[in-house]
Amino acid sequence: MAPVPTETRWSTATQIAAAVNAGEVSASAVIDATLARIARLNPSLNAFTAVTAERACAKARALDATRDKKKLPLAGVPFAVKNLFDVEGLATVAGSKINRAHPPAERDATLIEWLEAAGAVLVGALNMGEYAYDFTGENVHDGPSRNPHDLTRMSGGSSGGSGSAVGGGMVPLALGSDTNGSIRVPSSLCGIFGLKPTYGRLSRARTFPFVVSLDHLGPFARSTRDLAISYDAMQGADSNDPAHADRAPEPATPQLPRGFDGLRIVVAGGYFKKGASPEALEALSRVATAVGAKDEIEIPETARARAAAYVITATEGAALHLDRLRKQARDFDPAVRDRLIAGAMVPAVAVTKAQIFRRWYREQVLKLFARCDAILAPATPCTAPRIGQQSFTLDGIEMPVRPNLGIYTQPISFIGLPVVAVPVPLKPLPIGVQIIAAPWCENIALRIAHALETMNIVAAPTPPALGG
Amino acid sequence: MIAQPGANMTEPLDKFIEAAAVTLALPLDEAWKSAVKTNLEVTLKHAATVAEFKLPDEVGPAPVFKA
Repeated sequence: MAPVPTETRWSTATQIAAAVNAGEVSASAVIDATLARIARLNPSLNAFTAVTAERACAKARALDATRDKKKLPLAGVPFAVKNLFDVEGLATVAGSKINRAHPPAERDATLIEWLEAAGAVLVGALNMGEYAYDFTGENVHDGPSRNPHDLTRMSGGSSGGSGSAVGGGMVPLALGSDTNGSIRVPSSLCGIFGLKPTYGRLSRARTFPFVVSLDHLGPFARSTRDLAISYDAMQGADSNDPAHADRAPEPATPQLPRGFDGLRIVVAGGYFKKGASPEALEALSRVATAVGAKDEIEIPETARARAAAYVITATEGAALHLDRLRKQARDFDPAVRDRLIAGAMVPAVAVTKAQIFRRWYREQVLKLFARCDAILAPATPCTAPRIGQQSFTLDGIEMPVRPNLGIYTQPISFIGLPVVAVPVPLKPLPIGVQIIAAPWCENIALRIAHALETMNIVAAPTPPALGG
Repeated sequence: MIAQPGANMTEPLDKFIEAAAVTLALPLDEAWKSAVKTNLEVTLKHAATVAEFKLPDEVGPAPVFKA
């Protein structure tokens, strides 16, 4: 194992846990350094909306006093969560002004409890787009979280603070949510790894929802191994999330060394190449070449799948917020409010049609996995747009940025497929590629990501301006 | 069939939005109407894209209630 210095800014979670377990550094020293780093960097990155310093220091001291911490795979690893996760003692704001009036949460979200049971230490809550209806990372109440590779650019949303905090070296591990792409878009724009597991794999208990039939939770990290270790720590039965699948944990970390030998990997064509920027196509090409993916596959009716996801999102989101729209419409981000009011007016037949199409589309895509084990596709159509940028041009058509950064992620989460977003370190800005697997086959996507990382094809680049 | 909004839908859609806001007890400031209409047009366009795809009557919706 490479030695881990007391300065752990760019260390992975795996390295930090190993160093803490070996007694090379105390958990308290790691957390003290992390808190100092957050204080130094947050005025620039605006990733954190709350820092739980007192709690983190107490947890670290308790870890340092624990004799059997060697059993903990994330011993002393600092992590933070998108501020839609319940954190005991904090109101769960979900990026909104309205929820600030909520009483403090009485108990942590399940995934926080399980990461802390594995030795990780929560250090705070992270900025996000209001109520997760966002792909930009901008927030009218808290200001935008910023891209660590260029502070004038978007972090991506809606888990923008998660992308900014991990990509900027504030923490090695963060959690976010992904309804239509909100883990994969920030991963792509901030140059880090993100895992959106299969729908129903990880418990969403005690998190603020957006679109219950599409919501997923998952980790961000600067290495595949960190994704796998944290993902393994978060698997398990939890009856508090009605959509949580009754499946035994399937640890992915032991599978990583298997690489991609024997796996049939193909590239998504058609829809997924139309509109992609040269950077998105270059990143896809590098990954495809490295894994020997020569064949293209056409995912049928992808544009229609994206349309159906759009309808379900607008209407389920509107149903969730209907009462708040009636009573507190002026307290919303206007861009979110106007989309939700419109969503409330969509006829119910449109929603049922979208859910019927969803059933058909799922069956068609699952048939493709008889011919392949993984599908590669761009994560975003372009590298990070500038903060405040309203429109961009895709395939010769000018369109708004906010709903369209997720055009390649939305048709995949629509049917709950597991995806690892891997960062290709292009210059000057990184961009991600999606590794898409069949339901419950997270380990396949993680194996491919890990192999690509070993080959130096994908990596989380250290931002030049923040590298010191 | 869900009609895709077009030029000839402008006035009916304006009336629909006014009526829906009243029916749903949603506030609708004059200043918001344009953005709400744009968003509704986009969503209805997506809905029409989905609805025009013919599927067998037997295909059930994706979420299924479990007792």
